[in-house]
Amino acid sequence: MSKIIKNLKQFSTANERLEGAHLLCPGCAHSIIVRELVNCTDHNLVIANATGCMEVCTAVYPYTAWDTSWIHIGFENAATSAGAIAETYKVLERKGRLNKNAENTKVLAIGGDGATYDIGFQFLSGAVERGHDFTYVCLDNEVYANTGGQRSSSTPVGASTTTTPAGSQSIGNKTTKKDMIGIMAAHGAPYVAQVAPNKWKDMIMKFQKALEINGPTFVNAMSACTTEWRFPSHQTITVSDLATDSLAFPLYEIENGVYTINYRPKNIVPIKDYLAIQGRFKHLFKPGNEHIIEEWQKRVDKKWVQLQKMEEMTNS
Amino acid sequence: MSKEYVLKEVEFWDGAMASSQALRQAEVDIMAAYPITPSTPIIQNYADYLSNGYVDGEYIRTESEHAAMSACVAASAAGARVTTATSSQGFALMIEVLYQASGMRLPVVLNVANRALAAPLNVNGDHSDLYLGRDAGWINLCTFNQQEVYDMTLMSFKIGEHKNVRLPVMVHQDGFICSHTAQNVAPLQDDVARKFVGDFEAVDSLLDFARPVTYGAQTEEDWHFEHKAKQHKAIMDSINVIEDTFEEFEKLTGRKYNAVESYMMEDAEIAIVALGTTIESSIEAARQLREEGIKVGIVAPRVFRPFPYDKIADALKNVKAIGILDRSSPGGALGMLFNEVTAAIYTNDTKPVINNYIYGLGGRDTTIADLKQIAKEIQANADAGKLTTPVQQFSGLRGPKLSFFDMESSK
Repeated sequence: MSKIIKNLKQFSTANERLEGAHLLCPGCAHSIIVRELVNCTDHNLVIANATGCMEVCTAVYPYTAWDTSWIHIGFENAATSAGAIAETYKVLERKGRLNKNAENTKVLAIGGDGATYDIGFQFLSGAVERGHDFTYVCLDNEVYANTGGQRSSSTPVGASTTTTPAGSQSIGNKTTKKDMIGIMAAHGAPYVAQVAPNKWKDMIMKFQKALEINGPTFVNAMSACTTEWRFPSHQTITVSDLATDSLAFPLYEIENGVYTINYRPKNIVPIKDYLAIQGRFKHLFKPGNEHIIEEWQKRVDKKWVQLQKMEEMTNS
Repeated sequence: MSKEYVLKEVEFWDGAMASSQALRQAEVDIMAAYPITPSTPIIQNYADYLSNGYVDGEYIRTESEHAAMSACVAASAAGARVTTATSSQGFALMIEVLYQASGMRLPVVLNVANRALAAPLNVNGDHSDLYLGRDAGWINLCTFNQQEVYDMTLMSFKIGEHKNVRLPVMVHQDGFICSHTAQNVAPLQDDVARKFVGDFEAVDSLLDFARPVTYGAQTEEDWHFEHKAKQHKAIMDSINVIEDTFEEFEKLTGRKYNAVESYMMEDAEIAIVALGTTIESSIEAARQLREEGIKVGIVAPRVFRPFPYDKIADALKNVKAIGILDRSSPGGALGMLFNEVTAAIYTNDTKPVINNYIYGLGGRDTTIADLKQIAKEIQANADAGKLTTPVQQFSGLRGPKLSFFDMESSK
């Protein structure tokens, strides 16, 4: 029962399942993404939330920002939890023990890139491989923001983080971002997609699709972090626009192996413009570091060509 | 609806089968498990029941024990009767989530086939895993043979799910010695067992949208202490439900269980305190020693958590000397059972001579002869009215005698 949402105003009148009374930073993209995620459907939602910013900022006893069923167990096991809840739903329904009010329930797991790309990687892989009926949304801010900005395997090359600080002997993080979307697609998940909050209609469409499709679905949500990416809190959507328009975060989906590019920027912005607005990349603009940006641009161009080829190939 | 499994009045079951049959009769909704020796047959037997329609549920074949316990916690919060089984390293991997289960007051049942912890890698029985989980806030029930495994597993659901308890429960059995050897077990028929365990009643379910719940919130210095205090009170109070359940079970089966089991203690001068299958060997050793005039009795906590402090003290109030046996590497201290039992009897008027034996690590066989030797040393302490050996000795170890905490030489 996905809703038809034509404009943003409709969200403001929606029945809130993530209340405004949370502790996320002003300008944090998490709350924008998750609010639209939980309000884009009329399904009952059970949410399994991994440890991270989203979790610690929304359920501090004796308060909760969640007006739906919500559970947080650990940092690594949100996917497992969601899978187990989906199995419980199945068993209780079969045995005639399901509450009447629980019909049409969807199970959602939410985790940051720490929980998804790193500590919970095995758990996510297991849960997706087993084929439980749940949707996993990764709030990808490319850093362990909750513990104070340490690098993750989603952190892009050159980012200065608290465990990969840029300095006279270091360009910051030395590794390139892990391709989680490719990894999830390789699991045979029926639906895998990437979204960004600035393209909200696309984001809603993908969330709704992910929830509707049977089986394990995965959405990687680009979530700009004002604190760790170091940009002013009113520029979250500007940064997100640069991320999608530079193709640092291309918006695409893979449905049963078929690739669709959902957004083709009219004017592709150079990657340096996306980097220049963020404090974490400031040092890359110092003389001697030009090659980092040049190599990055080449990687983005190559990935864009690859994506288009994959789209062409899988649609033919 | 699952098919009935007709059982003989007396079955010949190993401990793993005794667990599995009890889990089947409890009509578990979700089993989430990862195989590890020696607990593996428990989940394999259960898979067999599922595949043949003897139980209606789902088996989540997780990719690790951590995920298995995670799935149990989430499924329990969603309103399912859940269970898993593990041993040793798998138990160690579960530890983080064991605390989550008890902290969220979810009645998960965990069968543990006790096994040593690596390194060095060892698949055989000792109590290292049992000791590792002692502070996790779970009710811990101990068994000494296969019949008790069956009985305690059935009772564990009734105890943990009781509205005044709402806590996870572990049922321990010795790896291999109990899990893989068979004895006669008198089971209940399915209808009787089901009636005894009762239907699962979901509390604060994630699948009740009339009343959405938040599980696993954060509490800091303002509320954490109150939560943990309430949790401790719940497990302390659970002894009443445990004893009521034992009583109800006795009425049904004639098999009587106690928070602390005592064997031949009525006229005992000395006592052995231990856990697991060593109890049955100790009873046999005691029978033989009594023919030689050594009046030895045996005391064993059936309920290891909540620790039956007062009942231990009562059971040991009349003896002159006690040997407390720990089947776990003590890692730089006296054995844990030694410390806990000693603390329990400290306030008794009698001051028995107490010593500690570390024995049977990694499945090292502990024979009747070993236990008779231990009893004779305890008797020597009783006769001397003081320690005749260092406090801690290793029993059944190769090479020269190893002992620690020599109180005489440190004077």
